[in-house]
Amino acid sequence: MKIHEYQAKALLAQYGIPVPRGKVASTPAEARDIAAEIGRKVVIKAQVYAGGRGKAGGIKTVNSPEEAEKATSQLIGTRLVTHQTGPEGVPVSKVLVEEASDVARELYLSILIDGTSRLPVMMSSEAGGMEIEEVAKSTPEKIFRSDIDPAIGFQPFQGRKLAYGMNLDGGQVGEATRLMTNLYKLFIDKDCSLAEINPLVVTADEKLLALDAKFNFDDNALYRHKDIQELQDKEQEEPLEIQARDWGINNYVKMDGDIGCMVNGAGLAMAVNDLIQYCGGRAANFLDIGTLNNTGRVVNSFKMFIADPRIKAVLVNIFGGMARVDVIAKGIVESYQQMNIPFPVVIRLAGTNLEEGQRILAESGIIFIQAKDFYDAANKVVKAAKGVTK
Amino acid sequence: MSILVDENTRLLVQGITGSEGSFHTQRCIEYGTRVVAGVTPGKGGSQHLGVPVFNTVEKAIAKTGANASLMFVPPAFAADGILETIDAGMSLIVCITEGIPVLDMVKVHRYLKGKSSRLIGPNCPGVMSPGKCKAGIMVGEIHLPGSVGVISRSGTLTYDVVSQLTSLGIGQSTCVGIGGDALPGSTFVDILKLFQADQNTKAVILIGEIGGTMEQEAAEFISHKMTKPVVVFIAGSTAPPGKRMGHAGAIITGSAGKASEKTKALSQAGATIAPNPAEVGLTTKKVLESL
Repeated sequence: MKIHEYQAKALLAQYGIPVPRGKVASTPAEARDIAAEIGRKVVIKAQVYAGGRGKAGGIKTVNSPEEAEKATSQLIGTRLVTHQTGPEGVPVSKVLVEEASDVARELYLSILIDGTSRLPVMMSSEAGGMEIEEVAKSTPEKIFRSDIDPAIGFQPFQGRKLAYGMNLDGGQVGEATRLMTNLYKLFIDKDCSLAEINPLVVTADEKLLALDAKFNFDDNALYRHKDIQELQDKEQEEPLEIQARDWGINNYVKMDGDIGCMVNGAGLAMAVNDLIQYCGGRAANFLDIGTLNNTGRVVNSFKMFIADPRIKAVLVNIFGGMARVDVIAKGIVESYQQMNIPFPVVIRLAGTNLEEGQRILAESGIIFIQAKDFYDAANKVVKAAKGVTK
Repeated sequence: MSILVDENTRLLVQGITGSEGSFHTQRCIEYGTRVVAGVTPGKGGSQHLGVPVFNTVEKAIAKTGANASLMFVPPAFAADGILETIDAGMSLIVCITEGIPVLDMVKVHRYLKGKSSRLIGPNCPGVMSPGKCKAGIMVGEIHLPGSVGVISRSGTLTYDVVSQLTSLGIGQSTCVGIGGDALPGSTFVDILKLFQADQNTKAVILIGEIGGTMEQEAAEFISHKMTKPVVVFIAGSTAPPGKRMGHAGAIITGSAGKASEKTKALSQAGATIAPNPAEVGLTTKKVLESL
């Protein structure tokens, strides 16, 4: 789960990590008042779940409350398109109004879970303000990293290594070490999967300041962090994905094609999308129906396909293991009874309780295209999608 | 022969009295697996599905000589259950549970260091040595005893691949689902090592997916240490970056996480890449014929 920059900065401040003075505004008038309160040059930053805001015009520096009001009115209510969003962009409904900082140097600091060491790793770099992947590619010697043993936590020697790695010296090393210790505490306390301060700046008066921050939280751990759950801004997410979650389909991702897919298991669902492309079509979604054995989720999946105007054909590919094929078949029949299905549906079933599932479909009298295996199913749905004009 | 589980496996089921635990324990028993004990705290002293239930893993091992554990413990308690099982000295722990917080698994991995236990999963279908032992939730009937090893991050995609193999008359030595999480207990390399050493395994199928660098590490191992042929399919070539595709570990966060990068690394290491997920069986058949 992602959060906005202003929320990330509130969390940092709560853990004693210095952030610029500022407040979030939902209207131009609020932005003007906040700018007046700060009383000097401010930065207006669009609050969206996407990076690349600066280049996309989502960050503006202004000199007066009036300018702050104007800049905010130009951002709120629009959709910001950055290199990380699709062409439709993401809606801007809030801006962060923040005191402009006199930046001497831009640094980088982050914590994430390293898949190889299977430990949290803290990374620092003197090359802040750019994407760390780029730094890793062009100047890998500028990245310093230190694995953290969860049994003993973050240690001062690690702070020194990472701070000297960023070319800090004198009192800044101790200051940076304290900041890192606090960031690690935040990371653990809140079950983060990423905590990134980029840039971490050294100001003209030689203070450290978190100028921008990005957090991701482990979805599997959200059950123990109600406070974090409440920060979620549904407006920033894809509407079809929100709809799917509301209907109990947690593993739904919108794709750019026109073939609706209902599959059990994430690996198989990805493979179905890959195979559809191999056969010359494109999937409209990734949908892992999971293993809960009730017909409701099948019916809701069909509702999703009907809610998506792009769909030209649907593929149901179920390999029963924990999920039972007869339950899925019943769900398909219920869907046909409850709604008018305006597109061809290709069904491929295999695994647990297959015979019973096939019998249910056959006896229902519903019209569908039967597929004998995985490849046959993908081929047939691609053909069906091309042959149908809705 | 086979790896990890066989006819000598004495299986303990943690969470045996829950609905999933009950359903799958029954299936394991029907397949012929020797299920010798169950553990559910608070239900020690009772019998379930004809199996004695204990309060603790330590006691279950002491009383029954269980040498492998299959876990159906809810995500909030699963890491603690794994720690208990490691502490009790269990040699093989297979954790089916999906949705364990990653920081809980960080602690588990730290605790595993220097211990004798091997962890498979979490968020996996388990381990299957056809005709010998089913320690997991996979469909028993689709398997056939034989000499191809299967390792996968996926559940149902593996079932599809296994049924492709079986319909072509190609049997499996052992099928290992290492799971879809970002921090699996055992990696591709861990299992490739076992298959390389197993005399009965002639070839290995590796089913990877987007996210992480486990496939690249496997490529490194295959190119330097593996003499047996490896057939590969990587799922998720059509997945958009930054989106979690169901599995916690299936998210493209850097270029190394892409399917194309993984396929390239494995191909360069000498593995044979299946052109699509429906032809993994056929590709394996060709590889076996060329041996």
